[in-house]
Amino acid sequence: MNTQTLQLPRTKPQANAGSYRALIRRRQLLLIGLGLLLLASFLLDLGSGPIRYELGEVLQALLHPDEASPQARIVMWEIRLPVALMALVVGAALSLAGAQMQTVLNNPLASPFTLGVSAAASFGAALGLAFGVQLLPQAWAVLGEYLVPLNAFVMALLCSGLIYGLSRQPGARPETLVLLGIALVFTFNALLALVQFFASEQAVAAVVFWTMGSLHKASWPKLAITSAALLLALPLFARQAWALTALRLGDDKAASFGVAVQRLRLQVLLLVSLLAAFPVAFVGTIGFVGLVGPHIARMLIGEDQRFFIPASLLCGALILSLSSVLSKLLLPGAIVPIGIVTSLIGLPFFIFLILRSGKRPC
Amino acid sequence: MLSLQMQDLGASYGAKQALSGVCSPPLKGGELVAVIGPNAAGKSTLFKRMAGLLSGPGQLRLEGSRRGQQAIVYLPQDNSASPALTVYESILLACKQGSGRWQVSAEELALIDETLASLGIAELAFRQLGELSGGQRQLAAIAQTLVRKPEVLLLDEPTSALDLRRHLQVLALLRELAHQRGLLIFIAIHDLNQALRFTDQTLVLAQGRHCACGPSKTVICASMLREIYQLSARVEPCSQGSLQVIVDGMA
Repeated sequence: MNTQTLQLPRTKPQANAGSYRALIRRRQLLLIGLGLLLLASFLLDLGSGPIRYELGEVLQALLHPDEASPQARIVMWEIRLPVALMALVVGAALSLAGAQMQTVLNNPLASPFTLGVSAAASFGAALGLAFGVQLLPQAWAVLGEYLVPLNAFVMALLCSGLIYGLSRQPGARPETLVLLGIALVFTFNALLALVQFFASEQAVAAVVFWTMGSLHKASWPKLAITSAALLLALPLFARQAWALTALRLGDDKAASFGVAVQRLRLQVLLLVSLLAAFPVAFVGTIGFVGLVGPHIARMLIGEDQRFFIPASLLCGALILSLSSVLSKLLLPGAIVPIGIVTSLIGLPFFIFLILRSGKRPC
Repeated sequence: MLSLQMQDLGASYGAKQALSGVCSPPLKGGELVAVIGPNAAGKSTLFKRMAGLLSGPGQLRLEGSRRGQQAIVYLPQDNSASPALTVYESILLACKQGSGRWQVSAEELALIDETLASLGIAELAFRQLGELSGGQRQLAAIAQTLVRKPEVLLLDEPTSALDLRRHLQVLALLRELAHQRGLLIFIAIHDLNQALRFTDQTLVLAQGRHCACGPSKTVICASMLREIYQLSARVEPCSQGSLQVIVDGMA
């Protein structure tokens, strides 16, 4: 064979760098668009409720509280603002947790809710709520009312550890992991039912209402703690953006790039536990945001984590903020617990993902 | 000049020993080395051991390299993952590993453009990895290794999904890269005729053990084929003069 014909058909260097820069600009614009949608949804959330406020009144109460009516000021600052902000922070935290679980476990159906991390956190928190049990050593008792979220964190961590350990077993495939997640959800829900069985009537009512998930348990200190968990996790994820993206090419490929795969996976699951536990402990179980948010982000922007992380945050926050609005509109005069709203919206999407994942990899 | 020598290399997965006693003479930059052997001979394990992904006994003596272990770049066999990334992004990803910086420089983009052009896949740049054929995926994976500026390349069956024409073109490209850039390239390969035709040296493994290492035209011979592959075969020059393996039957 002639040597000439053996050469690969070398193509002219195209203006791919220019096209790449254009792609980046489009993604940045998309993120800005999502941010604007989120802002609109946030303002709508603030204006909606038993007393309806127009946009002008909302903005006046927020930006010039002295000029707003005392009623609007109090409703806005004391009641609606912590709730609306909690919707953003919890949505963002759960979506980021789901995004990173899907990344490190290489499983499109992974999320804190589907793999039992939320259920584990619920069980841990219920132990504290119903019996005052604390899972951390006595020295932590000084933290008082925050022992409940810490209980949730310990149980979420335990569940993540179990998932991690089992995902490393030979032959563990994505489907195995989802089945394992279902088993964990059932286990922790059964344990939660056991807690309810033995708890006092008053404690049962508290646990039941809280498992439905409601943003109306939000307060400024709880918002601060959940935000702190998110702010702690974000820079750590951001620093590992290239390594996390590489993980999606497979463990071997990522390792060949120099990524310490097992260490990164452990770090991420630890942070995911933190991100999932505090929202669950403060506002109860809110399902599907952690599953749906990352998928919408992925469809919009791809899996380059430099864009996937902010897009997941924005999508999760937007879903929960819109769900919050919806929870006030579904039944006139009543606010439906937000966990019910997200489950009703998320379930069809979850079924769609299951059917889609059988056809081609996500 | 770059030189690499394996001295009694071994590796294990947990308690199970997968590789032992692999030796080689000093292999020089500019050479293309075939790593051959039956399935499960330990070829991938050897590459992982050389890339520092597995630990084990023995020593890998790399001389004449300024970057040490980092100069050794490994391309695993499995390129089937299909994340929502374009070819361009997957190559950028390889380029940015080890960097905490999110910004991408003009030099990095130019390097990617040049690499895509050299492999003839510039038009695939913005296709999703999941949309590519097996062969296109392998070319994209080779591009991912080249942008990491390797001095030693370990390619685990990089041509297994390519059609015959692309298979020959990629082998010719690898030989050209080795010769022109002074790279030392190891390639795990099953096609012994192509190993004879394109590679300078051949290392033979069987059941995780070293069997032979030396010039391809010496190592690939009837006795090796009988011992390692249990085949009755001859190695003879064809009408064009180059050597080829002719299999007569099972030994």
